[in-house]
Amino acid sequence: MGTTARPDPFVLDEVELSSRLIMGTGGLSSLHTLERALRASETELTTVALRRYTPRQGDSLFSVLERNRIRVLPNTAGCYTARDAVLTAELGREALETDWVKLEVIADEDTLLPDVSELLEATEQLVARGFKVFAYTSDDPAVARRLEDLGATAVMPLGAPIGTGLGILNPHNIELITSRARVPVVLDAGIGTASEAAWAMELGCDAVLLASAVTRAQDPVAMATAMRHAVAAGRLAAGAGRIPARRHAVASSPTTGLIATDASETVARGDWAPTGASR
Amino acid sequence: MPTITLNGAPRVVSGDTTIIDLVSQTAARPLASDGRPLDGGGLGMAVAVDAAVVPRSRWSRTPVLEGQTIEIITAVQGG
Repeated sequence: MGTTARPDPFVLDEVELSSRLIMGTGGLSSLHTLERALRASETELTTVALRRYTPRQGDSLFSVLERNRIRVLPNTAGCYTARDAVLTAELGREALETDWVKLEVIADEDTLLPDVSELLEATEQLVARGFKVFAYTSDDPAVARRLEDLGATAVMPLGAPIGTGLGILNPHNIELITSRARVPVVLDAGIGTASEAAWAMELGCDAVLLASAVTRAQDPVAMATAMRHAVAAGRLAAGAGRIPARRHAVASSPTTGLIATDASETVARGDWAPTGASR
Repeated sequence: MPTITLNGAPRVVSGDTTIIDLVSQTAARPLASDGRPLDGGGLGMAVAVDAAVVPRSRWSRTPVLEGQTIEIITAVQGG
């Protein structure tokens, strides 16, 4: 349940989610802790990777997600070419019975930054094959627009490189993307702590996708709870019409009826002239 | 007795093996001919033969052939 008074569903491909936090499942060695963190986050959509099947004892990720009725968004992590990404997406669709895919086509291992040309190529092919493409992309507004034009279901710009926890390195670009987008924008990757998730929402993002910030935190369950609140808070703030930032203080207490003091000289007041204007 | 490469390792299978047999053995779960687990619940697995996906509906009709590279995948934790 969200903390908003009014229902404010997040609609993706005609599916209504009440949570605007998408939590990835990577980065925790304990499935039990992952399950507790997922529950604390109240996420309704989570990403998974696709890898060779290896027999394991006891609980599986698949059964954890089934049990908690969390919708699955398979990713194409580890793919460097459109060709590999398309095959991985096809496997995900077959294994998980969803045509949603988080499309990730990576340029190199050190930065894990998206390879934009392969990404655009893969988006075009997957859309043609009936996939709902959630495109993990750079924070470039021009690329975001191209992805939209190619039929992406959601555009997911990075705040910072995957797993860095550097937050939102180019808030101007993120705001530009959200202000022009006609599809949902999900801030994906880079979030380190709750304030950054709230900020993403204030910049106009429709949702936040994060994994490491929770799964690699010292207390993943506490951080998952923090992220849930942060995303809800940021969403509310984004719609609440914040006050303009000013350079001078504005008293919130009455400025009339003040008692007499010695400091009765008139002090010049007023906001500063805009930057660049003559004083 | 075809020799295949299953998830990166060589494997010898009997001559009449189909994809559904391979999946059932790998998952250690009995499967209906449509690929659904007989023990209930989801399966969460997919198969690619020589880099092409074989849909679940065709598993029971797809023979395993000499020299094929077969990948059986599932969902794992990931961002």
